[in-house]
Amino acid sequence: MGKSFMSNQATVGHAIPVVMSRESQIARYARQRRWEEYRYVLYTLPLLIYLLTFYLYPVATMLVRSFQGPNGLTLEYFAQLFESPAYSRIFWETIKLSVVTTVWALLLAYPLAYCMAQASPTRTGVMMALVLVPFWTSVLVRSYAWMVLLGREGIVNQFLLRFALTEKPVELLYSRFAVYLAMVHILLPFMVLPLYSVMAAMDRNLIRAADGLGATPRRIFQHIVLPLSIPGIAAGCLLVFILALGFYITPALVGGPRDMTVSTLIGQQLEMYEWNFAAALAAILLGIALISFAVFDKAIGMDKLFKR
Amino acid sequence: MRNTRSFNGASVRVDNLSKFYGDVAAVADISFEFAASEFVTLLGPSGSGKTTTLMMIAGFEIPTAGEIFINDKPVASEPPRSRNLGMVFQNYALFPHMSVFDNVAFPLKMRNLPADEIKRAVGEALEVVNLVGYDARLPRQLSGGQQQRVAFARAIVFKPPVLLMDEPLGALDKNLRQRLQLEVKRIQRDLGVTVIYVTHDQEEALVMSDRIFLMNRGGVEQSGSPEDLYNRPRTAFVAGFLGETNFLETNVRATRDGMLDLTIGETLVRAPFTEAFPSGAGKLAIRPEKLWISSSAAADANCLPCTVTETIFVGDHLRLVAELPTGEKLAIKQQERFGSDHPEPGSRMMVCWHPQDGRVLSAAPR
Repeated sequence: MGKSFMSNQATVGHAIPVVMSRESQIARYARQRRWEEYRYVLYTLPLLIYLLTFYLYPVATMLVRSFQGPNGLTLEYFAQLFESPAYSRIFWETIKLSVVTTVWALLLAYPLAYCMAQASPTRTGVMMALVLVPFWTSVLVRSYAWMVLLGREGIVNQFLLRFALTEKPVELLYSRFAVYLAMVHILLPFMVLPLYSVMAAMDRNLIRAADGLGATPRRIFQHIVLPLSIPGIAAGCLLVFILALGFYITPALVGGPRDMTVSTLIGQQLEMYEWNFAAALAAILLGIALISFAVFDKAIGMDKLFKR
Repeated sequence: MRNTRSFNGASVRVDNLSKFYGDVAAVADISFEFAASEFVTLLGPSGSGKTTTLMMIAGFEIPTAGEIFINDKPVASEPPRSRNLGMVFQNYALFPHMSVFDNVAFPLKMRNLPADEIKRAVGEALEVVNLVGYDARLPRQLSGGQQQRVAFARAIVFKPPVLLMDEPLGALDKNLRQRLQLEVKRIQRDLGVTVIYVTHDQEEALVMSDRIFLMNRGGVEQSGSPEDLYNRPRTAFVAGFLGETNFLETNVRATRDGMLDLTIGETLVRAPFTEAFPSGAGKLAIRPEKLWISSSAAADANCLPCTVTETIFVGDHLRLVAELPTGEKLAIKQQERFGSDHPEPGSRMMVCWHPQDGRVLSAAPR
């Protein structure tokens, strides 16, 4: 009798922990799920801290400074820019420089990216290396290389003189032409890579299908390849344009006095301890970059770039 | 104005066509002729050369040797756009940035037809594939089956004399695939277009084709009507690829009364005479549904003693596995009506078939 009671007890006693453990199991799953969400935040935490400290904080300080006059908030530094025709000219020239650089980079990169997407894997690899090798070289080195090439005694002029294509050395260096040449060269990979990634992802059968349905190569390009590569075009242009806006060393080295960019102007102002005005100039550059980005996002959509 | 439902198919002829990739022959010297308005299937395992053959007819692959004729006109050196063929790709290859209407209208726009005619023809094509009202959708807003229909409409809207289809139903689930098989077949019959259809699915080939070309290792193993290939396979590959087949090692002894005398183990059996019958060693092919299990040998039937090793009830029939004294195993599909007594596994029975249901094939693969 006692024995059977004991065994009953044991069964009942067993049942309770089972029920409890199921509830705690649900709680444990919920905890686990929450932990998995937090884990991703945790992974990005080092980078977040780094960006907050060394990027966001200085940018915020700069923005604050651009509005901060001796007697509280002011727009006088921004006004200063628009009051002086010399300053606004530098702004327009910088934008023009960036636009022209972007257009040239696009015109040169598009056929290259198309070739890369069509070629065999080995050839694509070679072309990719050729695009990337200059990319790994410092901007300074590449700018000096252009100086060596374009100078009065440079290789290009030596060639022109040797073959009597010109009587005296051509002024290639310290010109807008030299700035375009060097900047397009330096920024080309930023155009090629997004274009290539979009074109490589394009289904080859689409081109075959269009061909089979009666489209000539020109119309295949017009109706299929071009529309489908728009996200790549937009991303490449955005990248090159925003980077070109902030170019400093290259225009300063290979450009003439009329090729002064906003970045150079900012540098000058800093040397003269005009911190607030420099901050206002930088804020406007940042504004232009953000606006172009917003236009891109609205027109094309950032998600298009990362589509699966 | 011509009706969509009456355009003429073209004949397709291929002469000594080969395609080499380096030293590897993807297609090795094949020749065939398809009649106008015929539904022909190139069937075969992957790597058999069926898709390469189709791509050469379409013009996307350039043949290493040989010529392709469409309505007796050589086309091998023409680009795809001037061959005027409809093509349905395995992944449909719909233009992702164009609406259903623009996708279907594409071949007509490339032919510079006037807008009102394009509108009418696209409407008709979408009606044929049962997609009226879907004009404005983008491909990604459609299900797989609907995308397949759009691809089909785009391929027939310009009334090509030949329609090429590369495993067009491969990505769809089984039920939908079976429905679309019949639909494609119906549309083909209505339109009268010649269809060259590539698939690795033997069932699909049997259901849809007027003629099947079974390909293997870059060549045509056997061609003929579905019934022909299924019931009269000439090689072990054909018998094994189409449907389920048992192969028994056999020796051909003699020809008598238009039949072959064979031995399987020690037992003498008979089989129909085949032109390509090998003397000596060969394989006897028998379909599982032609075999039955019985407790005694039947007159006029080939019977071998066996041990039943497995009995599985599959609803409409029984699946049995019988082991012969030679150690060979036979799969048997037995209808329930042959007797309600399920042979117990382990029981010693007879496995029988009618002599005309066996086929002697060469033992050596091609």
